[in-house]
Amino acid sequence: MKEKEHVVITVMGQDRVGIVAAVSQALAQYNANIIDISQTILQDIFAMILLVDISSATKNLVELKEILAETGKQLGVNIVVQHEDIFRYMHRI
Amino acid sequence: MPYTPQEILETIQMVENYHFDIRTVTMGINILDCASPDIDLAAKKASEKIKRLADRLLDTVTLMEKTYGVPIINKRIAVTPISLLAQSAESDDYLKFAYMLDEVASTLGIDFIGGYSALVQKGMTRGEAKLIESIPVALSSTNKVCASVNVATTKAGINMDAVLKMAETIKKAAELSKDRDGLACAKLVVFANAPEDNPFMAGAFHGVGEAEAVINIGISGPGVVKAAVERLPDCDFRTLAEEIKRVAFKITRVGELIGRKVSEQLNIPFGIVDLSLAPTPAIGDSVANILEAMGLERCGGPGTTAALAILNDAVKKGGSMASSAIGGLSGAFIPVSEDAGMIEAVQAGALSIEKLEAMTCVCSVGLDMIAVPGDTPVESIAGIIADEMAIGMINNKTTAVRIIPVPGKKVGDMVEFGGLLGSAPIMAVRPFSPAKFVRRGGHIPAPLQALTN
Repeated sequence: MKEKEHVVITVMGQDRVGIVAAVSQALAQYNANIIDISQTILQDIFAMILLVDISSATKNLVELKEILAETGKQLGVNIVVQHEDIFRYMHRI
Repeated sequence: MPYTPQEILETIQMVENYHFDIRTVTMGINILDCASPDIDLAAKKASEKIKRLADRLLDTVTLMEKTYGVPIINKRIAVTPISLLAQSAESDDYLKFAYMLDEVASTLGIDFIGGYSALVQKGMTRGEAKLIESIPVALSSTNKVCASVNVATTKAGINMDAVLKMAETIKKAAELSKDRDGLACAKLVVFANAPEDNPFMAGAFHGVGEAEAVINIGISGPGVVKAAVERLPDCDFRTLAEEIKRVAFKITRVGELIGRKVSEQLNIPFGIVDLSLAPTPAIGDSVANILEAMGLERCGGPGTTAALAILNDAVKKGGSMASSAIGGLSGAFIPVSEDAGMIEAVQAGALSIEKLEAMTCVCSVGLDMIAVPGDTPVESIAGIIADEMAIGMINNKTTAVRIIPVPGKKVGDMVEFGGLLGSAPIMAVRPFSPAKFVRRGGHIPAPLQALTN
């Protein structure tokens, strides 16, 4: 079994119908597995955060970043894709 | 979810709202083994070695930037001080090394290459004298080459002949690049106690105590620290220091992560993270503004040195917990031209060269990116350098001078250097001459602090 590779995908902007559908469809298309998902309103910004395993995905992190940037543009939201390690390094000792 | 939404958004906001970035990934490369009596052969060997080792530097750093979503502003290379390599050559044409380094930097697509350097704190060899002689032409006829000369250490004292020589070198470099407002001087640093693993330009070189090749990281983040200080407008000093420590820890962790990953990818050992808080000319990314957020009306007024001491110490304490290897300069930078708040403070009449000198006693690195009138005498520049070297020597710390006597400009004029180097107001130098003092010649003996054995 391949080692897990987790990325954190953060969707920020105006809440609207279809964000979850569009993002999860894009991920499913490339076999990226959503492990966890949460939605929240922080400082008046709608934020959806997904933890995704891309170890079996057909696209790598950089490619997914470009694909989701396009999805974000269509939805009018900002989508940030980052390797999990940055959060682990910054927020966990 | 292993992380709270607050944690994730905090990280993203650091980058998007507060200019957090990794200032530089700097690869240090030893080129001592390229020495040869044939200068062309030495330059060719060095060029090949640097290109071979740094071939994938740019691509790897770009990949890391995308993977972690943190901008990495500069990719740089530091080599063994060229004087050590060049002095084996029979030819005197050291400029060949400068042109070689510039060509290598352009080919690899990196931003700067440092190491056109000499270490002359105790005395100068023939090769070192020749290298220093060539610096003005080398820096005014290349784009990416940076030079540094170490003229003092706590252990050796101050080589005052070299101090005077460097003042002359700075004047010449300014003259030769007068069409670009003396830009060559922005790529030249005079050091006391120069570190061997500094990732920051213009002073980076790969020390002789270092491994074959190494990856060093310079972080940035004044904007992030300023935002943290602004969240606590009324707290006492301990609480303030505590908050700065927390932030410094987080930003240094990112430096540690990038360093480890770049090192892994390139199979080159990870050297150090430099904890310096490096400002940029962008609004909000200013060390001066942090001090003002602490409660000063203007950076440069009474209280500035104390505020800077708190900041610098808290950054070090937080940062040193975050990385297994700290090195380089590791202290807040106070370059005038690269910091919008410093520029404003000078223009408001709050910040003078003398106050900056006091501030360098409690932070890194020294009088950095100071523009002065073009007609400032050589002796006055030598005096300014000597003062700063004395601070470094006595306090057992690195200090440096990067001063630009801008040809044709007067106090109050502005000069534009562009990019990260920013723009600088011409600052006043006191008109009283140290000529007799700096022309005594010789060497200032090492202080009592040197006798530690």
